[in-house]
Amino acid sequence: MVAFRFHQYQVVGRALPSPTDEHPKIYRMKLWATNEVRAKSKFWYFLRKLKKVKKSNGQVLAINEIFERKPTKIKNYGIWLRYQSRTGYHNMYKEFRDTTLNGAVEHMYNEMASRHRVRYHCIQIIKTATIPAKLCKRENTKQFHDSKIKFPLVFKKVRPPSRKLKTTYKASRPNLFM
Amino acid sequence: MPFKRYVEIGRVALINYGKDYGRLVVIVDVVDQNRALVDAPDMVRGQMNFKRLSLTDIKIDIPRLPKKKSLIAAMEAADVKNKWENSSWGRKLIVQKRRASLNDFDRFKVMLARIKRGGAIQQELAKLKKQNAS
Repeated sequence: MVAFRFHQYQVVGRALPSPTDEHPKIYRMKLWATNEVRAKSKFWYFLRKLKKVKKSNGQVLAINEIFERKPTKIKNYGIWLRYQSRTGYHNMYKEFRDTTLNGAVEHMYNEMASRHRVRYHCIQIIKTATIPAKLCKRENTKQFHDSKIKFPLVFKKVRPPSRKLKTTYKASRPNLFM
Repeated sequence: MPFKRYVEIGRVALINYGKDYGRLVVIVDVVDQNRALVDAPDMVRGQMNFKRLSLTDIKIDIPRLPKKKSLIAAMEAADVKNKWENSSWGRKLIVQKRRASLNDFDRFKVMLARIKRGGAIQQELAKLKKQNAS
């Protein structure tokens, strides 16, 4: 398993108690960030937009990393996101097939960057969910919902088994047929 | 030239790049176009890119996503290990490993054996030449 760039954190925070408000409401958020410091920062960013509370008059009560429950099971993830393009904000729904949610989120960021030239800081994840196979909308994920799936690998890339054995020139042309 | 080796559930593949180089694994499910869920008796089930896999001719009969025990049982029933070691590809890999693990004394013994073999071939050749000439 490659180490994921994005980790899922659960951040719980509230405004500081004040004489007018002894027990302020506690808010919880699940978000994706590369590390805990960034997760806390993102938490205040979103909370500022929703409630009248800032990091200077609030406190983080708990931050926990959420790990994948069943990393060996393949799931269909649906991700709802809001991104900023060169002309304005748009909402989008994307589907990914992966074993872990962190992997799907990383896949999503890579795909948004390549297909729409949208960088990490212009994307906000609204919601993620595991979708049962019946409710998937995209043909791209539905084509893998086949219990007798079978396809040939058409093009065999010839690679040396480690980068140390890489050479610039080869004696003969490679055989690309599987 | 139709394709003979397909990516399918139960296909045995060899890992040809990375940390698990040289290991035989079974494709247990397909994640998407580039990745497969892959399993072997002595490793945690994980996903692997097809670029790291070389498909073999061996295919075992398993349902989608079998439990570890049933996977091991199916591999024993299909006798994957023996089939692999008797196939020409498997035998070549075993010879490569053996050659890579020789120490200096073994290499000396190999040299003597090659000289002996060359001598025997030359003797037979000389006999045939004499027969032809006469």
